[in-house]
Amino acid sequence: MTQRDPSIRVAFSQAAKGVLHRPARQLAAALGVVLAIALFAYVRTSQMLASAHAAEPDAIEAANRIRWLTALSLLICFTGIMNAMLMSVTERFREIGTMKCLGATNGFVLKLFFVEAAMIGISASLAGGLLGVLAAALMHAASDGIGAFGAAALAAPSVFGASCLLGTGLTVIAALAPALQAAKMPPVAALRVEI
Amino acid sequence: MNELVVRTRDLSKHYSLGDSVVKALDGVTLDVRRTEYVSIMGPSGSGKSTLFNMIGGLDAPTSGSVYINEVDIAQLTPNELAYLRNRTIGYIFQTFNLIQVRTALENVTLPMLFAGLSPEEADERAIALLERVGLGDRLHHRPHELSGGQQQRVAIARSLANNPAIVLADEPTGNLDLKTGKEIIDLMKRLNQEQGVTVISATHDLKMVDVSDRIVYVRDGRIANIETRSDLRLAVGEVVGLSDDLQA
Repeated sequence: MTQRDPSIRVAFSQAAKGVLHRPARQLAAALGVVLAIALFAYVRTSQMLASAHAAEPDAIEAANRIRWLTALSLLICFTGIMNAMLMSVTERFREIGTMKCLGATNGFVLKLFFVEAAMIGISASLAGGLLGVLAAALMHAASDGIGAFGAAALAAPSVFGASCLLGTGLTVIAALAPALQAAKMPPVAALRVEI
Repeated sequence: MNELVVRTRDLSKHYSLGDSVVKALDGVTLDVRRTEYVSIMGPSGSGKSTLFNMIGGLDAPTSGSVYINEVDIAQLTPNELAYLRNRTIGYIFQTFNLIQVRTALENVTLPMLFAGLSPEEADERAIALLERVGLGDRLHHRPHELSGGQQQRVAIARSLANNPAIVLADEPTGNLDLKTGKEIIDLMKRLNQEQGVTVISATHDLKMVDVSDRIVYVRDGRIANIETRSDLRLAVGEVVGLSDDLQA
């Protein structure tokens, strides 16, 4: 007789407990994502506001330059999340070993870490997106008048969508290696670890 | 009922330490009957815990086999092994190994959720189990809010979550004071008698001797001696599980 992976609902509730009970650790992982996505959202919104205005060549060129900066900051953020996820796994070797003794399948452990990464990714991307759009709207309102808020509101849905996709995608991909490591570990090895 | 719930055959586990090979287990052959209470005794480093890990399917032997309910666990797929750990075996550890960020109740329901029970069913059963081990008023306490003895009670309730055939304990009283240790041993014995669950406990706690049906002495990775509680049983030849070299 074989163990079936518990329903995704179990993974969700367990991951939620894990996230809620370790706020400091999750905040550290999330902060990098928030900042990188905020920069991304800021650049996107600025671009859309600039192109909505009769395009000013200077502004577009500046935006192109800043695009590189954004890509670079996303890359740095990616290594940051990977490190945070790796820490989160190492810190919980015992917990993972115990769960395996209680009948957790490898698939379940994998799901647990992915769901957790997705939760951090989505909430951090939303916060970052909001921050970026707001910052861009404020900057443009300062130079172009209060109308920039309306334009920013129009741009917001697509920027939020792109931010969430990017932020969550990055976080989940960064969690891949640590989650696989956790899932494959034999229970006795996980229990032996002294931290 | 005389059926054998655990059988090990010539079980060995070798670790290589640099150039030398450490034989943590060196040919252990042991049979355990259903509903039996067996203590595995021996000094630290004698191989008790290694034997515990092998029987529990937590680690793979170098050679030899372990049969649980007549199934060779080396042949099981990872998910079949997970099923075994989930429903057939309950584990109790010296260091309790409760999940720190979960309440007593959540710790006990975890194996039930893995088994596919609904949260409501799991809560109901876990509350009943925690009441049986005398923790009905500590359901929502976290491990760090409980004493060592209470934590071990939670672990015992958790080990019984899915009505296992076997409870495996590794030094269950090792981190407890004398009185609390005695209470935990009495609790394990009571559950052994009431539920008919087979208990196999690695220990060097002499208090365990009183409640054990059989005591297996392990030394240097081998079975040195097996004592049965009543000599009468020995006389009628009911003793099983002497390692081959001792029988010879």
